[in-house]
Amino acid sequence: MDSAPAPDPVFLASPARADIALRCAGLVKRYADVTAVAGIDLEIRGGECFGLLGPNGAGKTTTVEMLEGLTLPDAGVVEVLGCRWGTGCDQDLRERMGIQLQETQLAEKLTVAETVRLFQSFYRQGRPVEEVIGMVELQEKQRARVGKLSSGQKQRLALACSLVCDPDLLFLDEPTTGLDPQARIKIWEVVEEFHQRGGTILLTTHYMEEAARLCDRVAIMDHGQVIALGTPNELVASLGADQVVEFHVQGALLQEPLLRLSGVKAARKKNQGYFLTVTRIGEALPALLEEIARQGARLERLTTHQATLEDVFISLTGRVLRDA
Amino acid sequence: MPETAGAPARHPEPKPGPVRPPNPVLELTLARIREFVREPEALFWVFVFPVLLAFALGIAFRNQAPEKLRVAVETTTPDVGRVVTLLSRSSDLQVLELSPEQAAQALRTGKVDLVVLQEPGSPYAFRYDPTRPQSRLARLRADDALERGLGRKDLVPIQEEPVSEPGARYIDFLIPGLIGLNLMGSGMWGIGFAVVQARTKKLLKRFAATPMRRSHYLLSFMLSRLVFLVPEVAALVVFGWIVFQVEVRGSLIALTVVSLLGSFTFAGLGLLLAARTKTIEAVSGWMNFVMLPMWLLSGTFFSYSRFPEFLQPAIRALPLTALNDALRAVMNEGLALSQSWLEILVLCFWAGVSFVLALRLFRWQ
Ligand SMILES: Nc1ncnc2c1ncn2[C@@H]1O[C@H](COP(=O)(O)OP(=O)(O)O)[C@@H](O)[C@H]1O
Ligand SMILES: [Mg+2]
Repeated sequence: MDSAPAPDPVFLASPARADIALRCAGLVKRYADVTAVAGIDLEIRGGECFGLLGPNGAGKTTTVEMLEGLTLPDAGVVEVLGCRWGTGCDQDLRERMGIQLQETQLAEKLTVAETVRLFQSFYRQGRPVEEVIGMVELQEKQRARVGKLSSGQKQRLALACSLVCDPDLLFLDEPTTGLDPQARIKIWEVVEEFHQRGGTILLTTHYMEEAARLCDRVAIMDHGQVIALGTPNELVASLGADQVVEFHVQGALLQEPLLRLSGVKAARKKNQGYFLTVTRIGEALPALLEEIARQGARLERLTTHQATLEDVFISLTGRVLRDA
Repeated sequence: MPETAGAPARHPEPKPGPVRPPNPVLELTLARIREFVREPEALFWVFVFPVLLAFALGIAFRNQAPEKLRVAVETTTPDVGRVVTLLSRSSDLQVLELSPEQAAQALRTGKVDLVVLQEPGSPYAFRYDPTRPQSRLARLRADDALERGLGRKDLVPIQEEPVSEPGARYIDFLIPGLIGLNLMGSGMWGIGFAVVQARTKKLLKRFAATPMRRSHYLLSFMLSRLVFLVPEVAALVVFGWIVFQVEVRGSLIALTVVSLLGSFTFAGLGLLLAARTKTIEAVSGWMNFVMLPMWLLSGTFFSYSRFPEFLQPAIRALPLTALNDALRAVMNEGLALSQSWLEILVLCFWAGVSFVLALRLFRWQ
């Protein structure tokens, strides 16, 4: 890049590697009343599916749109496929990126095929319209107006529009939010297929099961910052426990003694419920029941599950991902 | 060679080679056209409504035997019968006998234009509102009829030659005005609305995320206007010609050029109003704010020469006035384009200024 400005000190410290598809450093975006993104550093490797997981308002969309070159950061640098926005390669970058924005509403009066064809026309080369529509399983709806599609079908159409240029890099901002499980699974399959072909993906979500299923690595975001980064397994392992016990009791319960129970790593109270992260469930459970009885509370319900990314988020923030 | 787009691709497994996408300007323009023709309401307002309006106004104001002026004679006037007979000789007057109270009320409510009565000290008096042209006319006619009936002789006989020339009727005046009005409405709404809607739906942002050239997007609006221009103008011209025998006296080429220029001017203004506006409500407000003065002042329904002298330069600087005048010069008077150079200059000015500003101010998100 001969037209690129002098390299940023942040990047000098970590020289660009050929396999890095996307990176940013010190990314900041402030709006009048809120700092939406408060200094984010990320590196996403080519062929990787990377997830930004966080509750509503965490700053995921703002981050992604800065990476996509749609929003100008207040500070920090972005490098996409080895090139920075605004240094003369924007047009070439756009040719190689498929983007799905969080809230685009495609023209209602156009048909599915017309919409995909319109998007295809913006690129120097692309995939056949029929093939892309087939990939998202909208063949039967080819001639249907966009306004007549279900939300899941609309979302798949948006995906088709981002895939029609045969991108190297795919950005998906909450691709399955508000969809029913079946519609969600269809989208996952398309994303997985793109991933298997070697495509790089950055997706945002507030569904931990989505991040866990699709993503090679996940950054958990909250209040404009990355609060944890790693593979889903690493993140769950960082809890130091593999089971979570969630229970409700009638009457008060002191938290302190719970921590001393054998096999319990952490205890947390959320609303009326208690969360225990536990290593040896076989020891912890009887001990817990005993302790509840000893404190004179009455157990109302109790569930246990394998620790998930959700539990990682709870343990880091004390809040539940979905309605945080 | 890569396979063409037409190749069947039922099974995505054997990945076909990359295809050469279609032309973006063409696709964008087609999208604009499709969105428009699939909106029945828009079709109605652009193609049907102006014709209905022309029809209604053409019928309402068609040249008929001029309406009679209505004169009341107060029953208390001496010799009422004779006065009524004398006045009735004038073919322009319709005469009523009313009591003083009824006459006063009829005058107040505009049911009669003039009241004839007796005032102490003179045989007859006329009571009327001199600010109403109808009343002044009625006064002249009544005066004439009375004086003649009482024996006044004309000094010179004057012959009358009534004319009703096609080209000078109200409908001849109206049709070019409606064409101008329609070009303004569809240009501004068609573009302003579509752009703001695309912005509120984040479609502009989505487009900005592709390599689409911004100029192609804006160009597609111009081209779609061009496509719709023909039926828009033709609908009114053909209707006026068939139903009211309104002629296009000048050349169709001149008519096309003027329409095109007008259309682009209002497309530019629409684009300017939509350049940054974020909501449909806001852009609607701006549109009305800009169009309303032109609806009233630009001489669509009646000649703007009725407005005070000091307003005339401002009125003539309005783009719709210029467009209407240029259309009338071509359609009614059959003048060459060169005769309308001032109007053309005004339109070019507005078109140029609004496009340059719109492109500078335009926001994609
Ligand atoms: N255009 C904007 N103007 C003002 N505030 C904004 C704007 N966009 C986002 N924000 C604020 O920035 C924060 C992060 O928003 P966002 O990036 O959309 O979060 P997420 O995508 O994780 O839900 C939120 O508090 C939001 O209200
Ligand atoms: Mg978001």
